[in-house]
Amino acid sequence: MPNTKTVVPFSATPEQMKALDAVIASHKGQPGATMPVLQEAQEIFGYLPEEVQLKVAEGLGLSLSEIYGVVSFYTQFSLNPKGKKQVAVCMGTACYVKGAGDILERIEKLIGCKAGSVTDDGMFSIDATRCIGACGLAPVILVDGDVYGNLVLDEVDGIIKKYMA
Amino acid sequence: MADTVKLKINGIEVEAPKGSTVLEAARLAGIEIPTLCYMKEINAIGSCRVCVVEIKGARTLVAACVFPASEGMEVFTNSGAAVKARKATLELMLSNHRMDCLTCLRSQNCELQKLAKDFGIQEVRFPTDATEPQIEDSSLHLVRDNSKCILCRRCVAVCKQYQSVGVIGPNDRGFATHISCAFDRNLDEVPCVSCGQCITVCPTGALTERDQTEEVWAALADPAKHVVVGAAPSIRVTLGECFDMPVGTNVEGKMASALRHLGFDGVFDVDTAADLTIMEEGTEFIERFTKGGTLPLITSCSPGWIRFCEQYYPEFIPNLSSCKSPQQMFGAMMKTYYAHQKGLAPDDIFVVTIMPCTAKKYENHREHQASAKGLPDVDVALTTRELGRMIARAGIMFKDLPDSEFDPAFGVSTGAGVIFGATGGVMEATLRTVYEVLTGKEAPSPDFDKVRGTDGIKEAAYDIAGKTVRVAVASGLANARKLLESVKSGEKEYDFIEIMGCPGGCVNGGGQPVQPQSVRNFTDLRAVRAKTIYEIDKSMPLRKSHENPVIKKVYDEYLGEPGGHKAHDILHTRYQKRAKYPDVKV
Repeated sequence: MPNTKTVVPFSATPEQMKALDAVIASHKGQPGATMPVLQEAQEIFGYLPEEVQLKVAEGLGLSLSEIYGVVSFYTQFSLNPKGKKQVAVCMGTACYVKGAGDILERIEKLIGCKAGSVTDDGMFSIDATRCIGACGLAPVILVDGDVYGNLVLDEVDGIIKKYMA
Repeated sequence: MADTVKLKINGIEVEAPKGSTVLEAARLAGIEIPTLCYMKEINAIGSCRVCVVEIKGARTLVAACVFPASEGMEVFTNSGAAVKARKATLELMLSNHRMDCLTCLRSQNCELQKLAKDFGIQEVRFPTDATEPQIEDSSLHLVRDNSKCILCRRCVAVCKQYQSVGVIGPNDRGFATHISCAFDRNLDEVPCVSCGQCITVCPTGALTERDQTEEVWAALADPAKHVVVGAAPSIRVTLGECFDMPVGTNVEGKMASALRHLGFDGVFDVDTAADLTIMEEGTEFIERFTKGGTLPLITSCSPGWIRFCEQYYPEFIPNLSSCKSPQQMFGAMMKTYYAHQKGLAPDDIFVVTIMPCTAKKYENHREHQASAKGLPDVDVALTTRELGRMIARAGIMFKDLPDSEFDPAFGVSTGAGVIFGATGGVMEATLRTVYEVLTGKEAPSPDFDKVRGTDGIKEAAYDIAGKTVRVAVASGLANARKLLESVKSGEKEYDFIEIMGCPGGCVNGGGQPVQPQSVRNFTDLRAVRAKTIYEIDKSMPLRKSHENPVIKKVYDEYLGEPGGHKAHDILHTRYQKRAKYPDVKV
């Protein structure tokens, strides 16, 4: 799973930064503060860019390396923002046996980024998700909130291109 | 309640202090259980599983390094199950270890190699994917090759616990786990202080100093170059370890002979430069102490500490002594005073230093370290280990060498110079001179010994000329951090502080010979090496820097007054605040 640093520049509103400060302040000095602070930080920003991790590290009196070690360990944390349009490919058992792997690969190629990351222009992000509970429609993907089920591989190009326009 | 427990190790009864681990108890029975990840106190994580032993009644094998010995316990350190498990573990480690042992810098001094040999591993059943080197050599002092890393986390432990720097750690998870910096940045893009402690604890060749011996061989082979060398105070008590001599052997005379054999044109002692440092730093202290300058004055000999100060505690920059370190003073004097004496052009002189330190490889690239025509004061700083390799390559039979002395032009030194090698030494050496300058009379004893010893933080007060001088000494940057915080909060007040980047000072520097953890866990290298330093000091006819005839001559004939204009030009430097992550805007 590529979870490398994104090239999309970080921008935050003053409200977001204030919320982060409050989160850090409320956990500072507590044992085991790292996980809750990172979880709440991800809720604020949608992901955990370097700027946010450094602020958390300094705020909690830890090194950036320690914070990054935790972030890169858990799949729940993302180093990348979500794209303006999000693609989710269900990798649950039913979808997987019906060819979700090939579908994901095709989508990655079309969009030009890997699952778990975002395109350089910030337009698209791809996630390989766990079962989304629509096994009857397997294999299933979500594009920008729209559900596409009973997919065959050849339909993928047409669907994705609609959103690229 | 008894403060010992009785247990049986391989059928032999042992009495061990309560709280001992099985590993420690076994040692009392004369059994060395192999370890890889374990470091006493700072990395007792039981993760490498090489130390597993069988315990009667236990459901599984246990890690001896963390399992407490208890009353009536029966331990089998070499049972079939334990040995089989260790062998399998070693094979798994070797399966993704790039085994280029023949060309590895750490060959024959590698803990993994030794275990593979001890356990008779001749074949690795698992196919390897570690065929390509993974070199990261962005920084001046260190080269990392993760294809040889066994994930023991010893480097991570020293960086965090000893140094409170923590720029390396395990990234990612499972098979992808690797030791690296945050965001897999290069080491020169994070606030690493170049101390090299990680190298001295690495069990394999994953972390090594940047080897610069070829640059020195090339200079020695160049007839146009006048190549001089200076050895730091601590090298004489550690170099012998490169040749299997006991820890703490004084090899000063053999070292001088070996350097001459290597073909250096001048074989000098950085102790002499240390004496010069005392003259300058002592003068600076007296100036600040008597005229109300910024106090506490903090020493500046340790470039790891300097980099730490600039990045982590820039508010203390005004407290730093403006004196260059002895290495840099040595180089500066070679390219000015010595060049002048010899009638040589500074660019024809190639200055090599032998240092206990990897940060010295960084220091000679710092700004304001070029006193002669913009030439670097020091051309190449070698670690003790690199000198050891040069001596070996030249076929010099080190142990059999006769003793000889340093060249007199810059090779006469004092006990004050040599104690720079141990924590507290710079403080004591300064006090020896400051006392006599301030009082105008001889100190009752040159032993200002309240600041000796391996404690991380030491403090003392001395009455000098009717005033109390409050001093403190810290070694290891985690201790330095603690001390600086206590000064910042106003809890403590001092006039003079010595800080050394490495725990125990230079004798335990990041450039010193690598001793396996099996030795380090049970021998305090800092104490054993420092003991020899103080013995040398005691045996010297001159023990105070200001009594050094070379120093007197240097000031008389060349520099003028300590702290004077010319001395300032040549022997002092500047510092600046440095951001930890300059490219990240928070």
